Amino acid sequence: MATSAGWQTTDAEVGAPSWQAAREKVERAEGEVVVDCSAVGRIDPKALRALEDLADVADIKGVKVALRGVSIEMYKVLKLVKLGSRFSFLP
Amino acid sequence: MISEKMDERARTGREKENGQSGEAPAKRQESSRAVTEKAAGLSAERIAYLEGLVRQARTAAAVFTQYTQEDVDRIVKAMVLAGLANAEHLARLAIEETKIGVLEDKVIKNMVATEFVYNYVKDKRTVGTIHEYPERGIVEVAAPIGVIFSLTPITNPTSTVLFKCIMAIKTRNAVIFSPHPSAWRCCWEAVKIMAETAVKHGAPEGVFTCLESHTLEDNAYVMRHKDVGLIDATGGPGAVKAAYSSGKPALGVGAGNTPVYLEKTADLDMAVVDIIVSKTFDNGTICASEQTVVIDDEIYDLVLEKFAGLGAHICSAKETELLGRTVIDPKTGSMSPMAVGQKATDIARMVGISVKPNTKLLIAPIQGVGREHPLSVEKLFPVLGVYRARSVAEALKVCIDVNHLGGLGHTAVIFSRNDDVIQKFGEAMNAGRIIVNSPGSIGALGGVYNDMVPTFSFGCGTGGGNSTMDNVNIYHYLNIKRLARRTPPQMWFRVPNQIYFNRNAVENIRQFPSRSTIIVTNPSMEQFGHVDTVRRYLPAGTQVHVEVIPDAEPEAKVVMKGVETLNFYKADQIIALGGGSVIDAAKVMRLKYESPEADLEELAAPFLDLRKRVIQFPTVKTNRARLIAIATTSGTGSEVTPFAVLFDKEHGRKVTLADYSLSPDVAIVDPQFVMSMPKGLTADTGIDALTHALEAAVSVFASPYTDANALQAIPLIFKYLPIAYEHPRDEAARTMMHNASCLAAMAFSNAAVGVNHALAHSFGARFHVAHGRANALMLPHVIRYNASVPTKFMPSPNQVAYVADKKYAAMADGLGLGGRTTEEKVNHLVEAIEQLLDRLAVPRSIAELGISKEEFERAMPDLVKLAFEDPSWRSNPRMPLMSELVELFWKAYEGRGVASRAGVEPRLTA
Repeated sequence: MATSAGWQTTDAEVGAPSWQAAREKVERAEGEVVVDCSAVGRIDPKALRALEDLADVADIKGVKVALRGVSIEMYKVLKLVKLGSRFSFLP
Repeated sequence: MISEKMDERARTGREKENGQSGEAPAKRQESSRAVTEKAAGLSAERIAYLEGLVRQARTAAAVFTQYTQEDVDRIVKAMVLAGLANAEHLARLAIEETKIGVLEDKVIKNMVATEFVYNYVKDKRTVGTIHEYPERGIVEVAAPIGVIFSLTPITNPTSTVLFKCIMAIKTRNAVIFSPHPSAWRCCWEAVKIMAETAVKHGAPEGVFTCLESHTLEDNAYVMRHKDVGLIDATGGPGAVKAAYSSGKPALGVGAGNTPVYLEKTADLDMAVVDIIVSKTFDNGTICASEQTVVIDDEIYDLVLEKFAGLGAHICSAKETELLGRTVIDPKTGSMSPMAVGQKATDIARMVGISVKPNTKLLIAPIQGVGREHPLSVEKLFPVLGVYRARSVAEALKVCIDVNHLGGLGHTAVIFSRNDDVIQKFGEAMNAGRIIVNSPGSIGALGGVYNDMVPTFSFGCGTGGGNSTMDNVNIYHYLNIKRLARRTPPQMWFRVPNQIYFNRNAVENIRQFPSRSTIIVTNPSMEQFGHVDTVRRYLPAGTQVHVEVIPDAEPEAKVVMKGVETLNFYKADQIIALGGGSVIDAAKVMRLKYESPEADLEELAAPFLDLRKRVIQFPTVKTNRARLIAIATTSGTGSEVTPFAVLFDKEHGRKVTLADYSLSPDVAIVDPQFVMSMPKGLTADTGIDALTHALEAAVSVFASPYTDANALQAIPLIFKYLPIAYEHPRDEAARTMMHNASCLAAMAFSNAAVGVNHALAHSFGARFHVAHGRANALMLPHVIRYNASVPTKFMPSPNQVAYVADKKYAAMADGLGLGGRTTEEKVNHLVEAIEQLLDRLAVPRSIAELGISKEEFERAMPDLVKLAFEDPSWRSNPRMPLMSELVELFWKAYEGRGVASRAGVEPRLTA
């Protein structure tokens, strides 16, 4: 489903915090993918590893990944593990 | 099993080689190469392993930031229970592996490290807001450090691990442990138990890890790793030094050499038992344990007898010598590792001393402290040095020597009932823990014999080369942020509590009884008959002397002559009858009369905030001489102000004294004394009053209280000053101008003045121009300057925004000057001031005073220096740069309209 996020056009959107599903989307997608994180309460090490994999796959595929609805707490975690710069963020 | 997971993660780290660092692949390779090049002596595989550990800890620490206080408290409690349940298991492992210490004591240590530490931390907040100080507007917010690299010792291996794990979880940190190689297995087990329990109860995976078969190079690599936030090194001097040398924040705590002073007033039975308990606890492996006991001569033999009676062996001189040669390495002067944590009987056997089978402790009398007395150093085994001291002084000296022989900053112990001796000992010792009448080792651990913070890590301060002297605790594992709210500064409004105004207000002086009154005045007041008027209203029987001073700004010598008069007549009342110069002189006379030691030069020292000034004025005497100020000009307002200006002839400058103790007690604002003011003086002083009001209104110390006075004074001055000037006998105008001057003075007494006064003081002193006239020359330019956007804002907690321009606009509105925008209103205010100055025939430029451009230019450096040194501008809404002072001086030189004339460039000659 293509959506418009103002300054960013997306080719696919992932609506659930299923990191595996998100990864599959990224593998199939072109352009940009939005991962909806608004339902993510607390991110754990496993999820972080999945996000790292997601970023790696996105790098290889040349797909941009945008995380939507990331809480301040999660954003801080991503900065601490230096993943912040590998995604873009949508409100 | 968590250990398997730890192994797996370590393996994964090796296999992936930075593959999960979170950085972009190219960058990762580059940083990996750089790291590899730097890590000499480590294989790429080893580096990948270490990177994996750090990465895992970093992830856990990052995830941990999301946890709440309730989360960590739940996990901590579970860990503590697991630690208690495994206390014996871990103690047994430690004994088996290290062959050091006593099983039963190690169990106790493990229990203290869990139960006692829990008791201390359980109710402490370590997440989010941890302390609030509403009265100070401060909130302390705790943030974790992240990844902590922790070195643990051989002597207290498992208890230290348990302790640090509990601290780390309580503070949401991840820890990579590097146990002493000879205690690695028991520590690994302790870490595993803590990690399993923590993760089971919700902690992030990887929160604790443990280096495997590590080397010093491994430690060095992790210590320097960019993702390690803190090194907590508990151990020998090498480990501590490595930690501090890493360039990372470190809690390095290490060796001690605890002196004990057993003073003659002590409870000897208690002391002897406490020392035995402490020194034999875990075979003396706690670094806070007693090393040398200095015993007063009077009780020495008795004390040794008591020690012997409780199972200590008192060594002969020969045994002591033998012991010293064996358990202390003669090459290094340090204790022999083979003796550490061994039983007294085993050590005796090792040395070849025959002792009873139940011997707990070997006591070795020593004759001094230092390398030539081997047993005076730290001995982490049950061998205790004893020294006979002939006096308190000698005892303290020997304790200092022991303290300085490798024990700086650590622990010292005293047994005494003499509080003075205890206090002296406390002051003499360089020790973070000075234990009184209790066992050193267990006492230093805290929470058992005293209320110190429980710990297994003793900070030794700078004496021990450590960053802290505390018992290391949870607060050392936190970054404590301080959220500091803007607090409104406490303000004040202080004026004399009695102000009498309007015609014949002077009659009120009859209510003030006095035996000896000095009227300080100048010649013209006598000529006008004002002195007689005052005399008329003084109560009958008052002895009166008149001190006439020159009609000019007072110099110190004039003040001192007045003080002589006050002393001679033993004055209990001073009436200052005159303008600002007379009243200022009288203020300083009273100061020097009551406080002859007051140094006027020192009291004039610069300050930024009246309440925080370094130099304090003398304390006000309770029965001080009353100062009544009768103003005879309508401008300075000195009758209500806390300021006094003296003229320093030698340096050609004005010296301003400021303190509320200078304020007169009574102010008389009676227009009859200003009716004869000449026109020029009326104009000059009137403009001074206007400047006071204008500057107080825009001051950074302005308040509703000062505004009320300043904004009332301004329209009165605009209305009545021209009338008083043009019709000097108009009593109504004189009355209102006199009141307006006092109102303006009350405003600036509390809000202070501004840059206009700084410029005027400097210029007036340099060119001998009357103060009011000097103010007038600067005024229009300063208003334009203050009303524009500052180059540099003045820091001012009292102001919520830059409001000077708006306040000028409000003044224009109050005067009914019209205008739509703030800028228009400010322009109208300046124009109105220009018109007023014209009407008062005040010179409108410095050039008009006959001062040549060349002379002015030559004077400029001095003018700027004096103006900048003047305290007046420190309350100005705009912080003046020196170049701006130059510009303002030149504008005042050029005069009217200079700001709007094209082509006039400021001359920056300062």
